[in-house]
Amino acid sequence: MIITRRKALQWGAVGTGGLLLSGCDALNDSPSFKGAIAGVGRLHELTQRAIIGDSLAREFTEADMSPVFKANGSLMVADPAYRSMLANGFAQWALTVDGLVHRPLSLPLTALQAMPQRSQITRHDCVEGWSAIGKWQGPQLGAILSSAGLMPGARYVVFHCADKLEGKPYYESIDLVEAFHPQTILAWRMNDAPLTEPHGAPIRLRTERQLGYKQAKYIMRIELRDSLAGLYGGKGGFWEDNRGYQWWAGI
Amino acid sequence: MESASEPPVNAEPQGGELVRRHALATRLWHWTNALSILVMLMSGLMILNAHPRLYWGHFGSEHDPAWLVLAPLEDTAFPGWMTIPSHYSLADARLWHFAFAWLLVLAFTGYLVWGLLRGHIAKRLHITRAEWSPRHILHDIVEHAQLRFPTGAAALNYNVLQKIAYGGVLFVLLPAMIVTGLAMSPALDAAWPWLIDLFGGRQTARSIHFIAATGLVLFFLVHMAMVVLAGPINEVRSMITGWYRLPKEKEPRA
Repeated sequence: MIITRRKALQWGAVGTGGLLLSGCDALNDSPSFKGAIAGVGRLHELTQRAIIGDSLAREFTEADMSPVFKANGSLMVADPAYRSMLANGFAQWALTVDGLVHRPLSLPLTALQAMPQRSQITRHDCVEGWSAIGKWQGPQLGAILSSAGLMPGARYVVFHCADKLEGKPYYESIDLVEAFHPQTILAWRMNDAPLTEPHGAPIRLRTERQLGYKQAKYIMRIELRDSLAGLYGGKGGFWEDNRGYQWWAGI
Repeated sequence: MESASEPPVNAEPQGGELVRRHALATRLWHWTNALSILVMLMSGLMILNAHPRLYWGHFGSEHDPAWLVLAPLEDTAFPGWMTIPSHYSLADARLWHFAFAWLLVLAFTGYLVWGLLRGHIAKRLHITRAEWSPRHILHDIVEHAQLRFPTGAAALNYNVLQKIAYGGVLFVLLPAMIVTGLAMSPALDAAWPWLIDLFGGRQTARSIHFIAATGLVLFFLVHMAMVVLAGPINEVRSMITGWYRLPKEKEPRA
């Protein structure tokens, strides 16, 4: 059999491609390599933190809004207690604020609505790549945390939600920098109407410098913690625990 | 170091002799780039699999008109052999993509600064007014189409098509990839609103990211074809060791 230069090149190309693919998958399955590239991911958090400071996300005008704001993730909540509260317009619902706070709170929807409100038209960026622009209104999270009074050890704000994905409770977390950012609100109103179930009624988080998976819906309880370790998978959120998304969702 | 890596200008080479073709920095950058671009292309296709549609403007989802629909949303647009990892994982693809982005950007910046400060890029890629003339460009296109590549002394320098291709990658495609990539970050958009103003929207930036990536793939295909046609062993050796054997004159040129 005569091996021509063309044949050799073809085999070389196929061989290199095959090696590359299997090599990449082997690397992808290797915990040490995964740890290394995730470590580089941590570099993004540190770099972006240094760059963004207290900058505000862009706010748009009503003319810029998406005609249809895509709802994603959980679109309904199966929990019977949630369903009966939904049926009653969340008259029996109250937001719990506890953990490392001096004064644990139980805030009914009317109390959140009576607080000073912030309204903002912002762009929502899903990790999948799509974006939608909508109008959100609600009290600033920072004001609520201030009225609860943070204990010195508090470092993370954890949002416990009513929905479950794959049988697991949804939760998310942010740090105090994002929590006290002026555009971080607990939105009960979207596009000038009360939040609907697909979008997270009665309240969802808006933390505008982060991707969509951080914008927790159906929030029942806010817990202040010193660490994310020991909570569910320990990585600070449903997607972080179950899919390997980065906790820092600024990119 | 620089003078040693440059081919002699006055020596009137006849072809057949070995010349220093590529500077060490160029070779290092070339292979770093080859690795990072390949990984970023393959992981980028996996990321695009998560939402295989492209839009213009600030927003866009399946409720809005897309200018390009690569696959229905419930399907993946690109098969496993084209993606990193080969099974569907948006999270893992993002880890790869963002880790190698550091390599790409640092190597790019380093090479650009070195090449501009040392005058290397100006020397190799500057297109003279004579070279810009349509007649000259057309002549080079015809020569390439007939697979007649420069030999002897003419092969010492890049021809105008090479300069356009390499300059296009260095000054258009790679900067476009990097800046549109940054413009997709919601955190950086808050810090640097000009990122979004530059393109007129995050979805436009995402579309340009894809278009520039397609440009890099086209460059890669033509680049591979040219390496094979021009003599792969000589070409690859020159990009590894720096030494390039000047092609001999095959026939007296008219």
